[in-house]
Amino acid sequence: MDKETVRQDIRGFIEETFLFGEDTDKLNDSDSFMQNGIVDSTGILEVTSYVEEKYDISIENDEMVPANLDSIENLSNFISRKANG
Amino acid sequence: MEFNKHSLDIDAAKATDDLCRTIREQVRDRCKRTGAVIGISGGIDSSVVAALCARALGPKRVVGIMMPEKDSSSDSKSLAQILAEKFGFETVEESISDGLTGLGCYQRRDEAIRSVFPNYDDSYMAKITIPTNILEKESYNFFELTIEDKEGRSETKRLPLKAYLQIVASTNLKQRLRMTTLYYHAEKRNWAVIGTGNKDEHEQGFFVKYGDGGADLKPIAHLFKIQVFQLAEYLGVPEEIINRTPTTDTYSADTTQEEFFFGLDFYRMDMLWHAMENNVPPAQAADVLGISEEQAARAYANIKRKIVATEYLRMQPLEISE
Repeated sequence: MDKETVRQDIRGFIEETFLFGEDTDKLNDSDSFMQNGIVDSTGILEVTSYVEEKYDISIENDEMVPANLDSIENLSNFISRKANG
Repeated sequence: MEFNKHSLDIDAAKATDDLCRTIREQVRDRCKRTGAVIGISGGIDSSVVAALCARALGPKRVVGIMMPEKDSSSDSKSLAQILAEKFGFETVEESISDGLTGLGCYQRRDEAIRSVFPNYDDSYMAKITIPTNILEKESYNFFELTIEDKEGRSETKRLPLKAYLQIVASTNLKQRLRMTTLYYHAEKRNWAVIGTGNKDEHEQGFFVKYGDGGADLKPIAHLFKIQVFQLAEYLGVPEEIINRTPTTDTYSADTTQEEFFFGLDFYRMDMLWHAMENNVPPAQAADVLGISEEQAARAYANIKRKIVATEYLRMQPLEISE
């Protein structure tokens, strides 16, 4: 799976769902969702539901960590690893 | 600051006097009400608040409302009655099961559970838990659903978003109907509704907005759970109540507050939180509590995250300002 395509898709999902499509240039790919107040703990469930459905992957409990899910970059890397792994 | 094992010890006699004076002033001068209505569950928080109100206002100005529903623990009522007898205030029992059935609470909740476990029916018990220990790894707070059959066999799955939201929305009807019932009893007496949440619940968001969070005053919202225990001892709250494991009393299968929400025992959580609030370095807190610096840092991060993530629950209705 092309990592750049994944990154663009995740970026689009985050921008549309949590930013209502506004001020999207202020969000960098490496910015923490939680620290920047973009996504809360329920929002993370929304992210994981989207990722599992869209990419047909199963996120295990021990993968529910910020290193995998807390930024566009982390998410894209995680999805690419899972999908290609 | 100096941080040691006794950093959260309080002078219970002085704290009680201060709290009683404040409760009197707030009920009388701020709320302009003449008594206190408290939802009593047989748990330690509502017991301490009821005992404080009886001391502050006199037991004749206090009524404890017991509001069982079909998933409530069977001992909640007897414990609440022991409490009321001890402190001399009146109790009223209001079963809310029929009201909840009318609101579709059980049916909506069960529909969501069946979307995860299609075999779930009335013969099962269910509960929601947080599977993580917050000291062990830096994980998000997500929930698992467990169902148990009559033989005690259980199945567990992580809750997907849609089912999670529907289960929470359905079960929150319980706390909201309790709040409605409390205000009925308050308004008919011209009394105030007293909230029973402690600091752990209030600041980490372990309450239902406009449910158990809906009250006129919240006299123990600044006290850590382990300080509530100290007050309970001083006030003479019955031992059966003090020794009972704190539960949610919301799900049919017994669920402790630790496994449902906090992910850590009260002593270590409260001490770590207190250390964090006072800028005690994780290494120093870890040393006192016999854990690693890494674990202390994880707990700091987890608690901070919960406080930030639940700001919405404590927010008053937003108005458009000029």
